[in-house]
Amino acid sequence: MEFTLNSKTVRYEGNPLTRLVDFLREDMNLTGTKEGCGEGECGACSVLRNGKLVTSCLIPMGALAGDDIVTIEGLRETEQGKCLISAFADAGAVQCGFCIPAMVMAAQALLLADSDPDEEAVRLAISGNICRCTGYDLIVDAILLAAKRGKGLW
Amino acid sequence: MTRIDDRIQRVDAVEKASGEARYLCDLSFDDMLYARFVRSAVARGKIVSIDVPPLPEGYYFFTADDIPPEGKNSLVMIAGDWRCFASGDVRYVGETIGILCGRSRAVLKAIEESIKITYEEQEAAITIDDALAVKGGPILEKDDIHCSLVSEKGGDVDEILSRADRVIEETVETGFQEHVHLETNAALCTIEDGKYTFYISCQCPFYVRKSVAGLLGLRPEDIRVRQTTTGGAFGGKEHFPDVLAGPLLVAEYHLKKPVKLVFDREEDMLYSVKRHPSKVVFRTGLDSDGKILASDINVYYNCGAYLSSSYVVLQRGVFHANGVYNFPATRIHGYGMATNTFPSDAFRGFGAPQTLFAIETHLNHIARELGADPVEYKKQYFLKQGDETVTQGHIVEKVVLNEMLDQVASKSDYWRKAAEYTPGCGKGIGMSFYNHGGAFTGNGEQAIIKAHLRLVKDGDSFTILCGQTEMGQGFRTILRKIVASVLETDMDKVAYDNPDTDCVPDSGPTAASRSTMIVGRLAEQAAMQMKDHLNEEHWEVETEYEHPEGHPWDQSTFKGDAYLGYGWGCCCVEVEADRLTNEIRVTGIWSSHDIGKAIDELIVHGQVNGGIIQSLGYAAMEKMENRNGHFRQSSMSDYVIPTSMDFPRQEWGLVDNPYEWGPFGAKGMGELVFNGADAAYTDAVERAMGIKINRIPVPVEDLEGLR
Ligand code: FES
Ligand code: FES
Repeated sequence: MEFTLNSKTVRYEGNPLTRLVDFLREDMNLTGTKEGCGEGECGACSVLRNGKLVTSCLIPMGALAGDDIVTIEGLRETEQGKCLISAFADAGAVQCGFCIPAMVMAAQALLLADSDPDEEAVRLAISGNICRCTGYDLIVDAILLAAKRGKGLW
Repeated sequence: MTRIDDRIQRVDAVEKASGEARYLCDLSFDDMLYARFVRSAVARGKIVSIDVPPLPEGYYFFTADDIPPEGKNSLVMIAGDWRCFASGDVRYVGETIGILCGRSRAVLKAIEESIKITYEEQEAAITIDDALAVKGGPILEKDDIHCSLVSEKGGDVDEILSRADRVIEETVETGFQEHVHLETNAALCTIEDGKYTFYISCQCPFYVRKSVAGLLGLRPEDIRVRQTTTGGAFGGKEHFPDVLAGPLLVAEYHLKKPVKLVFDREEDMLYSVKRHPSKVVFRTGLDSDGKILASDINVYYNCGAYLSSSYVVLQRGVFHANGVYNFPATRIHGYGMATNTFPSDAFRGFGAPQTLFAIETHLNHIARELGADPVEYKKQYFLKQGDETVTQGHIVEKVVLNEMLDQVASKSDYWRKAAEYTPGCGKGIGMSFYNHGGAFTGNGEQAIIKAHLRLVKDGDSFTILCGQTEMGQGFRTILRKIVASVLETDMDKVAYDNPDTDCVPDSGPTAASRSTMIVGRLAEQAAMQMKDHLNEEHWEVETEYEHPEGHPWDQSTFKGDAYLGYGWGCCCVEVEADRLTNEIRVTGIWSSHDIGKAIDELIVHGQVNGGIIQSLGYAAMEKMENRNGHFRQSSMSDYVIPTSMDFPRQEWGLVDNPYEWGPFGAKGMGELVFNGADAAYTDAVERAMGIKINRIPVPVEDLEGLR
């Protein structure tokens, strides 16, 4: 079975029931994707699958044939990723950081679909990603800032 | 050059946002084993037998019997009563009985499930009322009271109440709260350079080594603790990491290989410390004009099976039990109750939020009974500089509550709305006032901790060495900013890494809102001394904590200045209630805080936002129930914490009120911002729905019963 991971083709022949999050973290050492709950509730394991935000703890490897997966390690190399990361840093959106790589992924999924979102759209887009530290306001600011600074990138 | 008022990026923001920061779960060592705990399934009973199936090759199981003869089965937190492993009996559900180690986590889980433990179960005491009734017989020697104290001021409270025009009696209760730091508890033990070494997600590396060394008959300095990037803590990683570290150390003693233990979310929910549930009983005497003459207050905290740090939590609860108010006379009894629940421990606010919620609620109710606006009623009792505190000390600093009230009232349009929103009209607004004593209680900073910090200069770069940890609150940035500002250099010329107990002096725990106020001050002083040596190639300075003059304290009677200074807060919440579904929508949140001076406004902004949302979660959503010693909420789907959709954007403000003994005038603030939004929320909901709330949490499903 083959799929694309951060722009590279990957052949996978392991257990089809292995969770994507374990494959990423353990087999590929892509530890920017975090496990916060293991049951689809916290969003810390979010990655992009064909441009849409998904929780990698709920996805078995067997379901990935032909898919395009992007993790924070892939996104951070792109102009869009750099814009998002610097906006998160400038807006003061990062505290303990455990939820943040996935928040950046959620922001990317939003901006791919809507490059000029308003505050409500941003809140909705990150509503599946739990953050215990920030109270969300500064994360919302960061995403709005990225949309503004990155005009034309999405 | 970095100046203290500059807007800067947090030093750890980019590495965290880009996924490069390594948390404990991201570390892996050659030849590493995983660990899994085997825990008690009953709340109270004797262990009759432990049947372990034959273990596969390379798998190990250790219990209390594997502690070497020179060691003692005790975790030395503040009290040393918490056992590393249960042995003979169990005292709460989830008590560690043994630790399994081996290569595959799936195999460890299967072994855990196949271990059969037989208990002779005894009746358990779960609630404060159970403990008061000594249900199932005493947990301790003669009763279920772990600890108690009394604070009083003014005249004879009984006598005053006997001649009061009327006495208002009321009970206010709060529930368990789970920290839900997004990174679960995690630790790894190995041997490096012949020395037991921990990598650990924690607040207090020096606590860990002190707590576990005795298990092997070692001294704390025989153990090395290295903090890893910590994904949130909120008090949940103050003492609790010791509970992971203890069994790991015993396993390491036998295995001599890296062993890693990462709790999954279910374990972290069910088998970790929580905020103390509380019950506060008031008897408040009023004169014929409705003025308070005296208040008699009994405070009960559910401490769980072990005392650990609960006495200190209870003290803070008692010392905050009159809130920001000055009553002519008060008497507060505090009782820390022993029960068969998971031991309660530190959680942002450390005992203050419970009594602060209680006093706000009580005063709001008295005001309403008198037909007065709660804010109007409460503000006549605001503490002022020089006033006597409940510990017969004094408020040393200038108190700016009235300025904060004005700031919040004008932004929220409180007075107009409070007059307009009649009880039950579907709209409500509420306002709370609160404070938080900074740093350790009384002379603890002097008598117990005596913090040290070292600053080293090499060429044109500087290194800060101290034990304070970054857990998300921003301290790595704060401390570098303080030092860079004093030295008039760039922040990136000042290094400050996650602490390693072998390399840094002990600057005390990262707790009690003490880091900026106490350790920040040590850094400021070190940098000031360094300034005279800037032309030297290499120079070092170590600063030691000095207690400010004029803060008398007697630890045996708890009399004097309980805290060196306070942070102060005011929060206003507006809601709309749907009268059919009881759905509550928060439509506005405003706050103002006095934290002395903000070292970094953006970090403070994040703390204010986060603290207030956590407090609103505590009041409105986060229900953790315990049946027969078992927590019923085991996942993030049934213990629901706030999302980005639950609360609107906040408006916030500060009132500058520089504190003489803090760096650049700063006081503590991390806990303060948790201490009051809950009471503002319930006040608003009460008004919107025309109901009375005496207990939090009040999730929507519980509101119907209050109508
Ligand atoms: S770990 Fe996947 S949603 Fe929480
Ligand atoms: S920054 Fe800590 S959970 Fe979001």
